[in-house]
This record gives sequence, structure tokens and C-alpha cells, in this order.
Amino acid sequence: MGTSVHCVTVISGCGDSSFIALGASLNTALSTSRPHRLPSTVVREDEPVLVAAAKAGDAAAFEELVNRYERKIFRLTMNITRNHEDAEDAMQDAFMKAYSHLRGFQEDSRFYTWLVRIAANEALMRLRKRRPNQFSLDEPVEGEDDLIPREIEDWGPSPEQRYAQSELHGILDQAIDQLDPDFRTVFVLRDIEELSTEETAAIVGISVPAVKSRLLRARLKLRQKLDRYMRDRKPN
Amino acid sequence: MNCDGVIREISNYLDGELAAAIRAELEAHLEECEGCMIVVRQTRYTIEIFCNEQSIELPTEVRTRLHEALRRKIRNPGT
Repeated sequence: MGTSVHCVTVISGCGDSSFIALGASLNTALSTSRPHRLPSTVVREDEPVLVAAAKAGDAAAFEELVNRYERKIFRLTMNITRNHEDAEDAMQDAFMKAYSHLRGFQEDSRFYTWLVRIAANEALMRLRKRRPNQFSLDEPVEGEDDLIPREIEDWGPSPEQRYAQSELHGILDQAIDQLDPDFRTVFVLRDIEELSTEETAAIVGISVPAVKSRLLRARLKLRQKLDRYMRDRKPN
Repeated sequence: MNCDGVIREISNYLDGELAAAIRAELEAHLEECEGCMIVVRQTRYTIEIFCNEQSIELPTEVRTRLHEALRRKIRNPGT
């Protein structure tokens, strides 16, 4: 196990901006309708070799897998729980369970996806314990009207152009923090971790239509929150 | 399709999960409705920015505790 001094590591899937110009023409917008996500930097070709070695009892191979995914798993557990202590516990227990059950991993999915399922369950368990009344398996009772945006305005220059990186990170953090846990969890699993709708439904314990409904609301609410910031910082 | 319909289908549209006929209807509406076009663009951008720009630190002490716990687990797998 690595015992050397480790620096604080910043987790971000981004390198340079993937921003599609907000002022793009209709044709451009339509032809690029699917959101563009930057490729993950952690997927490596030797993962199956490491997994096989770890399953055979090679502790160093398992440690390498932990090194690769610990930051992403911490981001996941933080995003779901929004509580530092719970996020750490969930991450730690997820890796412990992964180690204990490694031989049962069938390799019909990526190791990381398997790990995300374990970690998401650990995080959800803690979230439900801490906020029993804020997490439900039912559909939201709000009507459809709250989803319809009012006073639509183009944002002009993108947030990356308008805000310093640290300021932008603060805005994103605050926006996701304010999101209802039901919506946030689905958004994190579907849009940040890129799990399928079916996988997300199985982890959260809700139906596929409920995942779709929550994802729609999460995306629109986050757009609305960013919209407020963009209007506050509208260039003269 | 009207503006409310676009909003209800926006997620399915961005995920490429709309049937061809409904997608064509939605895009026909977008060609005529600047407001909906802006909302579609901003929603897509919202997903991208969270996916690509969100940053959470893994503090050194948290990582150290994780590796210490794992080392104990590896030494005593039954615990």
C-alpha cells in the first residue's frame, strides 16, 4: 500500500472546455443534441489484467485499482450524501466490500461500474439514514407547471468564460447541493457516472419511468439555478 | 408539438431516446421557437458543465485513512 505523502487531489473529468457555443446556429445545435462528455481518463486497457490479478489474491493489483478510482468514488459518495463524514465512510466501506466480494465479480461489466453500484448503495444507505424524510421512492407531487421555464434569455458568454474556475466550481457545488436528494441522486448516477436508466433504477429502487421523471426535473432545476447566476453576471 | 411538450421531452431528446416522428415534431418546433431552442441548448450545456467541470477534492487525510483501513483488511480478510 502506498504510504508516501500524498497531495490533495482535485477530481475533475475536464481538461479543456467541451463547451458548445451558446450562440451556435440551429443546425449546429440540432446536430449535436446529445450532451458531450469528455472521455474518462481512468479507463485503461490493463484493467482486466489488474482485476484478474486482484481476484487471484494480488493485493498490489487491488491497491492499483483503488488508486485509480478512489477520487471518482469519493466524488460520487460526496455528490450523493453531501456530507463529508458519510462520503468518507461510504467510500471506505465500498472498497472494503469490493475487496471482500471481488471473487464474485463476474466481469460482465467494467470493474468501475461494479464499484459505482456498490458505492452508490453505500452512499444512499447513509443518505436515507440521515434524511429519512427527504428521500422517497414515490413520484414527486409537484405538477408539471414548475418545470416550464419563464423569462428565457440567452446566456451570452459561457460560464467558463465569465467566471474564474474556482468561482465556477463554487457555483456548481452550491447548485447541486441545493437540489432535492431524490433528483440529485438520479442526476449523479445518470449524467455524471453515466449509468444506464435501468442500472440507476435498480440502484435507487425506483421504476424506469421514475428515473426519467426525476432526471428531467434535475436537469431543468440545475439549468434554472445556473440561469440565475448567469443573469446576475450578465455583461453590460 | 408546443413549448410544454418540448420541455416534457427535453431529456429524452437530449438522450437520443425519442421516436423518429416525435423527434421530427420537436425539431420542427425548435426551428420556429427561439425560447425552446435556448432552453434545449442551456439544458444540454448544464449537463456538460456538471459532467466536465465539477470538482471535488479528495483530502490527503481521507485517502490515508482509506489506505490504512484497506491494509488492515488485506492483512485480516475475515474482519
